[in-house]
Amino acid sequence: MTLATGVGADFLRALLQGTPPGTVYALVALGFVLTYKTSGVFNLAFGAQAYVSAAMYYKAHTEWGWSIIPALVLSVFVLAPAIGLTLERLVFRYLRTGTSVAKLVVTIGISLALPNIFELITNFKGVVGRTPAGIVPNGAGVFYDPFGVYPFSRDELTTIGVAVFAMLCLAALFRFSAIGLQMRAVVESPRMTELNGIRSDRVSAVSWALSSTFAGLAGVLIAPRFNTLAAPDFFNLVVVAIAAAILGRLVSLPRALAGGLGLGMVISLLGTFLPRWVQSNPWLRPFQENLTPAVPFVVLFGVLVLWPAIRRSREVSDPLSGVDPPISSLALATRSARSHLIARVVTVGALGTVAAIVYFRADASWMFLVTQAVIMATIYLSVTMITGLAGQISLCQGTFAAIGGFGVYQLATLHGMSVLVAAPIAAVIAAAVGAVLSLPVLRLGGIWTAVATLAFAFFFDAVAIKFSWVGGGNTSLMQGTRVPRPVLGPWDFADDRAFLVLAVVVFIIVSIVVVQIRGGTIGRTLRAIRGSEVAAQSIGISPARARVVAFAVSAAIAALGGALLSIHQKNVNYGSNFSPVSSLFWLVLVVSLGSRTIEGAALAGAAYSIFDPLILRGTIFGWILRSPDRVPGIFPISPKWRLILFGLGTLQFARHPEGAVEYWRSRTARSLAARQRSAPGTPEAPDAPNESDAPNGAVTS
Amino acid sequence: MTALLELRNVSAGYGAFRALFGVSVEVQPGEAVAILGANGVGKTTLARVATGLLAPTSGAVLVDGADMSGTATYRFARAGVAHAPEGRSVFATLSVEDNLRLSFRQSKGRANTPAALAKAFELFPMLAARRHQIAGTLSGGQQRMLAMARVIVEEPSLLVADELSLGLAPIVVDEVYRSLRRLKENGSALLIVEQHVGHALALCDRAILLDRGTVSWSGPAREAAERVATHVFENDSSSDGDGDSGDATAATAG
Ligand SMILES: Nc1ncnc2c1ncn2[C@@H]1O[C@H](COP(=O)(O)OP(=O)(O)O)[C@@H](O)[C@H]1O
Ligand SMILES: [Mg+2]
Repeated sequence: MTLATGVGADFLRALLQGTPPGTVYALVALGFVLTYKTSGVFNLAFGAQAYVSAAMYYKAHTEWGWSIIPALVLSVFVLAPAIGLTLERLVFRYLRTGTSVAKLVVTIGISLALPNIFELITNFKGVVGRTPAGIVPNGAGVFYDPFGVYPFSRDELTTIGVAVFAMLCLAALFRFSAIGLQMRAVVESPRMTELNGIRSDRVSAVSWALSSTFAGLAGVLIAPRFNTLAAPDFFNLVVVAIAAAILGRLVSLPRALAGGLGLGMVISLLGTFLPRWVQSNPWLRPFQENLTPAVPFVVLFGVLVLWPAIRRSREVSDPLSGVDPPISSLALATRSARSHLIARVVTVGALGTVAAIVYFRADASWMFLVTQAVIMATIYLSVTMITGLAGQISLCQGTFAAIGGFGVYQLATLHGMSVLVAAPIAAVIAAAVGAVLSLPVLRLGGIWTAVATLAFAFFFDAVAIKFSWVGGGNTSLMQGTRVPRPVLGPWDFADDRAFLVLAVVVFIIVSIVVVQIRGGTIGRTLRAIRGSEVAAQSIGISPARARVVAFAVSAAIAALGGALLSIHQKNVNYGSNFSPVSSLFWLVLVVSLGSRTIEGAALAGAAYSIFDPLILRGTIFGWILRSPDRVPGIFPISPKWRLILFGLGTLQFARHPEGAVEYWRSRTARSLAARQRSAPGTPEAPDAPNESDAPNGAVTS
Repeated sequence: MTALLELRNVSAGYGAFRALFGVSVEVQPGEAVAILGANGVGKTTLARVATGLLAPTSGAVLVDGADMSGTATYRFARAGVAHAPEGRSVFATLSVEDNLRLSFRQSKGRANTPAALAKAFELFPMLAARRHQIAGTLSGGQQRMLAMARVIVEEPSLLVADELSLGLAPIVVDEVYRSLRRLKENGSALLIVEQHVGHALALCDRAILLDRGTVSWSGPAREAAERVATHVFENDSSSDGDGDSGDATAATAG
């Protein structure tokens, strides 16, 4: 066979080899585009939906021994649409008028909650070290070699066939069917669709059932590519697929397919030819190892930043959004100075008491958890800064924190600096990275900022930590990324108590900085931009500078916190502390509790660290009942509930962007005000408004 | 004879804010009624209540004698009430043809859609030339004509038209009103919300003046012209006695 040798054959082989992974990207990209087109949601939960069906299929087919067809029907054609319908009915129906950023955050919450809900209900443990089976018998064992250079497995061919077939079906659906047109209309304006006599809620239900079924199908087809079955793998795949989808501007199905295939092939070509170039050009060596995994993230970032048309094609606003009542104002603005002061005093008093109890009474494990909570709260102030104040979603706060951690590791462990000096230097480095990153990224705005920061986080995860001047390279493989505790004059912070004090002091200082920025010129500028960028610009406010500062400060805060966390744990622990998925969880925690206030960040820190031991393990009931034996039998509750609760907490964010704490406060303030109004002596207001929890309830939809 | 549309003592608002206070309006089949009033008195709110976009907080909305208060918007549309909302009233992301197809497919059924499309393009050759253009890239006047093409072919029993002339060149306004007149001649009733009263009064049989959420006057269109001249444009902030605008001050709650 003459084809089997030479560069041409290698090229062909690489192309064919790239086809199966490319098809996987294409499949997910198609599903992603489908969801975006039919529901208008930038659905980061797509991977979670795919995972759940894949897990269901595994459970039915492999664990229960069902044959392929019934298992496929159950996982893809029953469970997946049911999930889609549930999401539409319980979640997205109430978010129709929400901003796309709010919806994006909700999908992040769902992507954390959904796999855990499934695993809890079905008692699914995840699969490690075993490749899930595909949907054709012996799919991984039979090979076909049509060109004589690369053999495709039966599973791979099935996936390719299904992807192409699905693309054709969906394209036909959009082109020729009434429902395809209706789905697109509902995305733009559910109300205007209703004015045409079409039931928009039914159309949305169909959209979600359809896209969720597709997610399920993709999940089942993709699973055999992994030798595990775990939700994060699917999330990573979605990020890769977004790169493919975005090449088709998120609306073109054929281009999403082509984008996915192209990505797979490019990666495969690089994998084949890069090592040869490296042999003749040794300076390319570091790139060879790191470039290939980074390709999708580089593509995603590059396309977003360099191709403005993508952003301009973003959604058209609903012309009938004027039917909705305005969003209620922030509690802070309506509260009286006196109640403000009282609230402050009570909060500080309670915190002081807790701190004293912890300081004098806590055992080592509680001391550890509380210290961790304080440090996490410090990191979360970086979210307060960028999301609460600048109104932007950043999904790379974990990366900035990692820069802090690795900075301390590099400077202190490898270069012998004191960690107390190293931590601020790391924060400055992160601030510089943040400032540079903010220039292209923050200009994007809305969901595109979120996606670009996500791409950056994955890029860092795939590439940067492998450099020895970041992650330590071979040294860290041998010795881990250990970080020492500092000594400062008489204080030895190897003592956990002393370290707790240090963490609290840092938290207080950072809080003061945030409050100062919030109240100063920068804070006012950012608030003005958040209201309306165009209006702000027209009265001479320049958003760029304030945003760069906000992002840089946010990065510095995250890095400082990350450095502290590493010092506290005496190790950077990148994987468990700072991976891209942890950034997602952080964001979810902070926005569901309150991204605009210091208290929100503090609560989020506590929720991260001590919610599980205190509440879910029932410890607090043991304390209240004064005996650990009398803790009710339902405890300990699975720690999965933490992800479920806070994941679903993002719903609260979408409807009340001020967060749970502020929402609760403003409700109290409003009902107080209402009581004062209806008190005797004040004139009866005949039209006293009905205090409705969901003002949308007044609007038929 | 039952009224085609009847608002019976309707109040409505947005969240805690009240915009309409006990408004009653009737439209008989084939009749054209103008709703006039200054900015912010609740004309658009009235139009929204009339087509089910907004549910009344009290009072009733009847279509053909059936109580439709609080039912979904699509039911109003299926009962023959069409609404050309204020501002953009076409789907900006769909093509001209898809805009029409979406609507005709629902109102005329699959079999009659091609004929309805052909009729629309015949009446509005400008649209035929642009049938594959994305509606969002049409000019404001062209978008209006697209909206008019839809209702003219559909012949709803009632069209609620909200500020159709807003922001359009006079020549386009003339064309819009020609379409409305044609619609009326074909038997559709009209509820026309306008700030620019000349055209509206020339077309309509009756007029209703709104003042801060209440009906301050109603009567034949002929008599409305002079009322409007004094009432709306000269002292629209003072109450002249025949409205109970003193009670009607909008209540807000914080
Ligand atoms: N979505 C909304 N939320 C709160 N108030 C609104 C909303 N839409 C309109 N309003 C208020 O309701 C009142 C009546 O508005 P509208 O019906 O639009 O008046 P018009 O069409 O006569 O100019 C105005 O005071 C306006 O500010
Ligand atoms: Mg109006």
